[in-house]
Amino acid sequence: MTHRQPAIAPSEITPRAVFEQRRALLRQAGLLGAGMATGGLLLPGTARANLAPRPSALSTTEARTPHKDVTTYNNFYEFGTGKDDPAERAGTLKPRPWTVMVEGECAKPRRWDVDELLKLAALEERVYRMRCVEGWSMVIPWVGYPLSELIRRAEPTAKARYVEFTTLLDPKQMPGQRAAVLEWPYVEGLRMDEAMHPLAILCLGLYGELLPNQNGAPVRMVVPWKYGFKSAKSIVRIRFTEAEPRTAWNKAIPGEYGFYSNVNPNVDHPRWSQRRERRIGEFGKRDTLMFNGYAEQVASLYAGMDLRKFF
Amino acid sequence: MLFTACLVPAARLAWLGWRGELGANPIEAVTRSTGWWTLALLAATLTVTPLRRLLGAPWLLRLRRMLGLFAFGYASLHFTTYLWLDQFFDLAEIARDVVKRPFITVGFAAFVLLLPLAATSTNAMVRRLGARRWQRLHRAVYLISVLGVLHFWWLVKKDVTEPRLFALVMGALLAARLWWRWRGPAPGRSVPGA
Repeated sequence: MTHRQPAIAPSEITPRAVFEQRRALLRQAGLLGAGMATGGLLLPGTARANLAPRPSALSTTEARTPHKDVTTYNNFYEFGTGKDDPAERAGTLKPRPWTVMVEGECAKPRRWDVDELLKLAALEERVYRMRCVEGWSMVIPWVGYPLSELIRRAEPTAKARYVEFTTLLDPKQMPGQRAAVLEWPYVEGLRMDEAMHPLAILCLGLYGELLPNQNGAPVRMVVPWKYGFKSAKSIVRIRFTEAEPRTAWNKAIPGEYGFYSNVNPNVDHPRWSQRRERRIGEFGKRDTLMFNGYAEQVASLYAGMDLRKFF
Repeated sequence: MLFTACLVPAARLAWLGWRGELGANPIEAVTRSTGWWTLALLAATLTVTPLRRLLGAPWLLRLRRMLGLFAFGYASLHFTTYLWLDQFFDLAEIARDVVKRPFITVGFAAFVLLLPLAATSTNAMVRRLGARRWQRLHRAVYLISVLGVLHFWWLVKKDVTEPRLFALVMGALLAARLWWRWRGPAPGRSVPGA
């Protein structure tokens, strides 16, 4: 007699990157476990540690951008388009009470309170490079855990091919939303395998503390191999969709900002080059790296894809 | 006094730079500020003639040369910042930029056009060229202003508020001239550059 196998949801498929690096990842996990067992290392500069995140093997060892720069040089148009606007004006944002609705093509949609999200999985410190599409970059010690932890709890169905992230829409809290510089609310999206990748995190903190308002409090997403605008801030909804989401910058200027927006020095922005970048705090410019230096971990997600066409 | 006023923006940048108070990306701040002041001073030079006509104040013409040279000064600071702190004198890279990036093409063109105007700003040069030829050469300031606004407009990611403002101001000032030209010559035209 025939036995019908249940269809495997795309979210259950081990991402190819993870599969191919499984031995390396297991080794890293083992080292991490040993590190945790020995009480963890208190690295210099982590004196403020009220979130007490554990170190991660996925962190870079490059010099971190000073906290002052990370929190005063921001693109967060919901508070104005100047780089200093968010730090000056984000006081009106109320990160509590805050909930994130997880819904769409999934078996277990639910609303999460941000304080529940803080306890959903072990908080890790992920020191990631962040490359803005404008041509500057930082190294930021985020605090969070893999997005996959939240995703799998929702049990996405086979129809869930993409994950869409929506930012708060409230001009009273976010006065920049009174200007139609972008379509509000800000929407971003990832392909399911991108969202399930170990590097993609749900982020709740920065430099060991809760996220400052101007950095996307109280909960955001960070995907370090793509241009910074893909890392949606102040998220209120995560939705599993069948169709590719229309993202904010792609809606604004489709020829300049694609859905994927992977950091790629070989594909220029129509109006400026992407070959080099200025690391904030440095005087000179440095070469931009393919996938922002995460090629080893993510290149396989795009094997065979024309990255000029799917920019 | 106007001379001192024109120095203030540059002095302020130098002061803030010295104190490390130009923010996380000081080179971008300097580039942005020097570019903005170039456009502002260009607009100021374009307001001199309409003001002179409206107020009947020929002495204002004397200020025009100073404003124009300061515009050139800030443009030079802006260009030097790009040349040095953005491209590190990589001439091949700059040439690529000028050819491939429209906003740099027009910016570079605007700067290049400013050079002969700055070079012919002295009284001696006015005499050498003769009033009519000098006048015609210096009409390039209209094209320079348009190129400057386009440069700003085309480099901004999305928020074109400031470029649009400059476009409106420059547009109004140029429109005023066209209007007067259509109406007939002004009374009491003074010698250019005087």
